[in-house]
Amino acid sequence: MRVLITLLRKEFLQIFRNRMMLPIIFVVPVIQMVVLVYAASLEMKNIEMVVVDDSHSDASWRLISHFEGSAYFQVKGSLLSFIKAEDMLLSDGADVILHFPADFEEQLINTGATDLQLAVNAINATEAGLINAYCNQVINDYNQQIRSEWFGMDATGRMAQMEISTAYWYNPLLDYKIYMLSGILVIVVTLIGMFLTALNLVREKELGTAEQMNVTPMKKFHFILAKLLPFLLIGLFELTLGLLIGRLLFDLPIRGSLFLLFGMATAFLVVALGIGLLLSTISNTQQQMMFVAFFFFITFILMSGVFTPAESMPEWARKINLVNPLAYFMKAIRMILLKGSSFHDVAREFYSLLVYGTLVLSLAIFNYRKTS
Amino acid sequence: MKRFRGFVIKEFRHIFRDPRTLAILFGLPVVMIILFGYVVSNELKNIKLVVYDQSEDPVSRELTDKVLASGYFVHVADITSEKQIDEIFKAQQAKLVLIFDRDFEQQIMNEGTVSLRLVADAADANSAILAVNYAQAIIADHFRRQGGGVELPWQVNGRSRMVFNPELRGVYMFVPGLMALILMLISALMTSVTITREKEFGTMEPLLASPLKPREIILGKVAPYVVLSFVNAITIVVLGVLIFRVPIIGSITLLLLECLLFITLALSLGVFISSAAKTQQMAMILSMIGLMLPTILLSGFIFPIDNMPVVLQWFSAIMPARWFIVIVKDIMLKGTGMPFIWKETLILVGMTLFFIMMAVRKFKTRLE
Repeated sequence: MRVLITLLRKEFLQIFRNRMMLPIIFVVPVIQMVVLVYAASLEMKNIEMVVVDDSHSDASWRLISHFEGSAYFQVKGSLLSFIKAEDMLLSDGADVILHFPADFEEQLINTGATDLQLAVNAINATEAGLINAYCNQVINDYNQQIRSEWFGMDATGRMAQMEISTAYWYNPLLDYKIYMLSGILVIVVTLIGMFLTALNLVREKELGTAEQMNVTPMKKFHFILAKLLPFLLIGLFELTLGLLIGRLLFDLPIRGSLFLLFGMATAFLVVALGIGLLLSTISNTQQQMMFVAFFFFITFILMSGVFTPAESMPEWARKINLVNPLAYFMKAIRMILLKGSSFHDVAREFYSLLVYGTLVLSLAIFNYRKTS
Repeated sequence: MKRFRGFVIKEFRHIFRDPRTLAILFGLPVVMIILFGYVVSNELKNIKLVVYDQSEDPVSRELTDKVLASGYFVHVADITSEKQIDEIFKAQQAKLVLIFDRDFEQQIMNEGTVSLRLVADAADANSAILAVNYAQAIIADHFRRQGGGVELPWQVNGRSRMVFNPELRGVYMFVPGLMALILMLISALMTSVTITREKEFGTMEPLLASPLKPREIILGKVAPYVVLSFVNAITIVVLGVLIFRVPIIGSITLLLLECLLFITLALSLGVFISSAAKTQQMAMILSMIGLMLPTILLSGFIFPIDNMPVVLQWFSAIMPARWFIVIVKDIMLKGTGMPFIWKETLILVGMTLFFIMMAVRKFKTRLE
């Protein structure tokens, strides 16, 4: 025990002697959270639209003003030729072209139906899908309006009426930020914890000071534990800081028990830091370790479902996620924060992390060689 | 010249001596493109659905079947009271609940109007919206068919054409972004780390004392990474084309030239970082936080720049990757050439010159 305490003191002294450390611990998470939350928005607004109106009719004008009135669209003016408008798509000057054929109004009046061309810049497929949906919404509104105005029909015609009412639980305003925020918390905690631990140990190896530690009578697990604990505390501190920022700046809901959350975070950090340590026991240089860690980190993050729902991933990806500690924690933190899930709901995640942590840590201790 | 060649060979040996890093250097693009192509997609599949059918009549059952038959939903359970919804959501067992009120069929028959409720777990707002939209579309479609299958009179039909990406494939978006990310990572991060490594170990001193000119030292340091980055750029393009059938409509020569320009930019950035950082750790942290995250987040790689607040849009304007991504998209997917991308190219050239100048000014030929 005395050995461990002395070692811990040494580690803390060493960590805080580095002048870069305090800014990294305090400033980086703040910047990450603020920037990420605003940048990582998948909400659509400002769809830029160009109009090519070959019909110059009352009907087309009214539809254009429908688009102008919608909060999603920004109608950037009319162009005379479709070719000019296509140039706008090519140069990213517009997201969608609305093209009225010359006989737009005649067709509508004479045959009762008319076509309208939409050309959507679809390089970003998700965005294009949304743009298309929003366009159709506006057009449908317009259809209902002309129907009721011209012919006094009720909006849906003469069919049986079907009302679908929807309720969005836990997030009635459909605020995407709080979902992102809880995911970003995980990134912040992992990034700081995993990288700093791993770099710390490998640096001692590279500079040769690990050798000096090796010739002392301390046990391997003392050494590894002393490397682990300070960063575990820093990780938990980051989580607290992140929660505070989320609470104060973004109204992040904290519905579940904080005790449970921190328990979960501790279990997760043991795994994440353990992986960092394990990587540093098998790496010889900081550069090597950095690359391996980066590789795992980015793969784990992307697969954990931080931006996209993990349940929709293909079968093999979900299998890989069984060894992805971030996937467990990502799921649990969101359940606890946003929905107030109880221990019973996240027990599987908790126990998985616990087993995982024990495994990784024993492997790291076993793998650390006092003799080279 | 011979001296310089010797130095470059030494640098190459340094890199090839470490097979682990090398494996990751070449493996990273492959894994990333597969991840982005198959795993990271905004499409929703297998949405877990719970049904609360209080009516249990033929119509409600038919509707449930219709929703399930669409393939988007998986039926996980039936519940018998509204209270269970909370439990189910909290345990993450379902995303959407479909509720039929009592006497569903009779209401349709007698009153011609009926209501149906959808309750979504909106902790993830976006997928909740999508799930609800899917369900609504399926149900509305079913009702329209039941209503006689006639199209309503007097309507405008929006005929959409998805330009540049008719099948709406997500990978079109990721190939350019991935190229920017990987080139940035390898070029800037690796060079900054190798140079600071020599400084940290004190091996920089013998190099500086050698007859090699500082210019040659830097050029020799970056040369291997130009080659590595270029190989990676080509790997990504080839994988994109072969596995995901991403087209290259424009000129390949132009594309490769632009890649070279971006690599040069990233390398000069790396040299600049290394002149500012004293230790490898610092160089890594600077590159990671200063370059990687902004490149992923602010370059329009995953998240559209237009949707960001104005301040972040300004920040994104100083990200080299942002302009490079526009260039790659334009050449590969839109098939445009210089007339459309001269402005972006000019910005990249300007940035490159700026960083080379800064790096040369800050590069110290003496050690304190």
